[in-house]
Amino acid sequence: MIIAERKPLAEILEMVQDCKKILVLACRGCVTVCSAGGEREAEILASLIRLGLKKAGKEAEVVDDSLVRQCDREYIDTIDRFKGKYDAIVSTACGVGVNFIANLRPDENVFPALNTTFLGGSAEQGVWSEQCAGCGDCVLHLTGGLCPVARCAKSLMNGPCGGSVDGRCEIHSEVDCVWQMIYDRMGRLNRQDELNKPAPIRDWSTAGHGGPRTQIREELTV
Amino acid sequence: MSFTPDIRLFSCHYTSQQSCADAGKELQGLDFPENIKMTRVPCTGKLEIITLLNAFEDGADGVYVVGCPTDGCHNIKGSERAAKRVQAVRDALAELDVEPDRARMYHLPRGLHPEFVQAGKEMNEQISKMGAGPF
Repeated sequence: MIIAERKPLAEILEMVQDCKKILVLACRGCVTVCSAGGEREAEILASLIRLGLKKAGKEAEVVDDSLVRQCDREYIDTIDRFKGKYDAIVSTACGVGVNFIANLRPDENVFPALNTTFLGGSAEQGVWSEQCAGCGDCVLHLTGGLCPVARCAKSLMNGPCGGSVDGRCEIHSEVDCVWQMIYDRMGRLNRQDELNKPAPIRDWSTAGHGGPRTQIREELTV
Repeated sequence: MSFTPDIRLFSCHYTSQQSCADAGKELQGLDFPENIKMTRVPCTGKLEIITLLNAFEDGADGVYVVGCPTDGCHNIKGSERAAKRVQAVRDALAELDVEPDRARMYHLPRGLHPEFVQAGKEMNEQISKMGAGPF
């Protein structure tokens, strides 16, 4: 899922300081699961915005609501039910949601409440870790399902760097060296020989370095 | 000019069990500050961050939670969860440049012990010194 975290309150309050009617809009997708921008977090943020503005001596009406997702046109269209009730939307969706609102509501103010951080999973309750870089050219079949692009601090493709010590990364000593994990796992799977084959030079053009990426599935475009 | 703070207490049902004794008069007799409005909850782990924030929005100058000792919670981790949520509120207050001590967590034994009354007095004294809340 997409992982995100709330921006500092001061930053959010500065965005909305001149607004009189604010809609804090939650997304019931990924950011609900990672507890960054679901209904609960939007309710909390709306309260904090009210408190912050009140402390600054400003009057504003702040309400909160949610959309099923903020990354689909049909759900964004349902914003119309709030028409006239806000002069700015503070979106607690990931950056995709904020962009979608901006795309589809060109004359309305939308502000991001979150910093979108990475693609990850829940390692344990309250802890999320990056697992995928969305690079567009998956190599997981070569590495036992563990991603060196996202999980190696240097995104190395042919084994660990010289800094890997006792199975730990030299950049972040609390992080397991993913290449050590790959090597050990491939051993358990009797596939360690496959690691002797040098990985070809990567084509990073799929990784977003060539501008925004688009995907079209013709059978779905009716 | 004297200032009587508006203080909200959210207390674990077990921790404050005897506060209901003698129709609440026992607590009054022990000099528990009258300006503290208590809400008893089945478990402090049930409290949400928004509940505490709403108390501030409602005009509270200080908010505190009294739950079981961390190693003796009836619901195992209820008071531990509450403490983390109180900390989240304290962090948010700090972000708003407000004294974090306007929100506090106490872990106290069950029943009406002197500590329960003492915590109320301490909170009352602290918030009185801080003055009215900024909201």
